[in-house]
Amino acid sequence: MRVLAIDTATSAVQAALVDLDGNGDGLDGDDLFLTAFRREIDGRGHVEKLAPFIEACLAEAGRTAADVDAVVAGIGPGPFTGLRVGMVTAAAFADGAGIPVYGVCSLDGIGANTRGRALVATDARRKEVYWALYEDGAREGEPQVCKPSDLPETGADYAIGEGASLYADQLKVPAETAPVYPDLVKLVELAAPRLLAGAPSEQLTPLYLRRPDAQPAPGPPR
Amino acid sequence: MKSEPVVMGIETSCDETGVGIVRGTELLADAVASSVEEHARFGGVVPEVASRAHLEAMVPTVQRALDDAGLTLADLDGIAVTAGPGLAGALMVGVGAAKAYSIATGVPLYGVNHLSAHIAVDTLENGPIPEPAIGLLVSGGHSSIMLVEDLAGKVTQLGASIDDAAGEAFDKVARLLGLPFPGGPYIDRAAQNGDRAYVRFPRGLTAAKDMERHRYDFSFSGLKTAVARWIETRRADGEDVPVDDVAAAFQEAVCDVLTGKAILAAKEHGVDTILLGGGVAANSRLRALATERAEQAGITLRYPRPKLCTDNGAMVAALGSHLVAAGVAPSRIDFPANSSMNIEVVSLADRL
Ligand SMILES: [Zn+2]
Repeated sequence: MRVLAIDTATSAVQAALVDLDGNGDGLDGDDLFLTAFRREIDGRGHVEKLAPFIEACLAEAGRTAADVDAVVAGIGPGPFTGLRVGMVTAAAFADGAGIPVYGVCSLDGIGANTRGRALVATDARRKEVYWALYEDGAREGEPQVCKPSDLPETGADYAIGEGASLYADQLKVPAETAPVYPDLVKLVELAAPRLLAGAPSEQLTPLYLRRPDAQPAPGPPR
Repeated sequence: MKSEPVVMGIETSCDETGVGIVRGTELLADAVASSVEEHARFGGVVPEVASRAHLEAMVPTVQRALDDAGLTLADLDGIAVTAGPGLAGALMVGVGAAKAYSIATGVPLYGVNHLSAHIAVDTLENGPIPEPAIGLLVSGGHSSIMLVEDLAGKVTQLGASIDDAAGEAFDKVARLLGLPFPGGPYIDRAAQNGDRAYVRFPRGLTAAKDMERHRYDFSFSGLKTAVARWIETRRADGEDVPVDDVAAAFQEAVCDVLTGKAILAAKEHGVDTILLGGGVAANSRLRALATERAEQAGITLRYPRPKLCTDNGAMVAALGSHLVAAGVAPSRIDFPANSSMNIEVVSLADRL
């Protein structure tokens, strides 16, 4: 099946078309194939760039929207405004094409590729990170948000992700210096059981982890 | 030759998730999900709360509109969406959704101006708009006098509030009077039993020198301060504040300036039609006073029913349908959500 994958939970605006084979009893490396991919690092450009990226992926794969069988979207955690663009795009594309949409935790798109004990940290802005711990690629507990210096003793061997590279000097474990973003093929792999089982489409709810700032708009937009 | 264009409009510039569907100037559906109650306790719209509500409501509201219209997405000739002005994060939800629907269905996309949409909505009730026309747009987010020479592309702003929007003044004064948010309807109701001449509050930017520099502009922050001072003094003197009378007197000051300047703009530009739009255009006194003054001046006054005055998807669909009918080019897929979109840009045809 042909899957449109989207993630905007980090400063990477990204879309991909991923072909998924398999029959539901386990996947191997041959069952997932990345046919088209667009990514740009632009933390403020989600609404301008994402839709053209989807069009470009379709064009590059020689496909149209009608050829897509399902949508997989990263549901954060991530800075809200950009995250929402990806999620509403995924939900509306799926609704428009009459296909199901499935959500996957965006941190898992990084963590599921790790080995050993890894701290995955992304940039939560306001000098904080979204983070979760992974043991050989499996997440322990729910994602959290805090200041890098307030991270608990995690026992991690290393830290990885945009937040890890950004705050490397404040972390108690060595950090990968190159920023790593959620891997769209991995997101599709994580959703594969639902995709292959034809599970019902989901109402995507972002992992906000923070309550909204209760500040009314300062005035009329001018 | 195809008949009237069927267009879906998506509006998320503030706290209403609106999806409307029109065929030509016929309204087929007007689905609105509002988060206004979630904002009430803050006394104003909280952007993040609004954005969260938009995301949650987006797809269900589109589905509800399609169901109400008895159509599917395949029946659409266009998808129009508010590209601005408005709250940035809120706009992005609607723009993101509209782009995705457009890509998924192949239906052309039109990024449009919220303010022109407020004008266009009148076509749904009162038919095509005579051009040129003067638009008086008043809401919690804007207070503008617009000159509409061509609704498909030539709209200019003659004046606007230099501080608070009229609707904002209603909210603030309602708060001073202990009335709930949003203040407009409550002040309107209280004012029904009040004396409009009870006290004469200041009319901003109407003095001779202001009429030179700010001929068609408004200012409402001084009015709000004057009401606050008046109430303070009254309380300091140990007297009760007559809520109905203050509401009526305040409302009169706002409506007097709004209608006075709109009529002046029409006369001075040789325009014989005035359109009211925006949430404050639902105000009963504004309608009455505008009607009275327009009649005296020999000007035709038009306004849609209150539900179409407030923010909704129908107005965006109405403008979209007008653009499709006029043969205006669709927008490029990479257009931004622009929180301060220029009032003179009616639609983002072939440009950003
Ligand atoms: Zn409005």
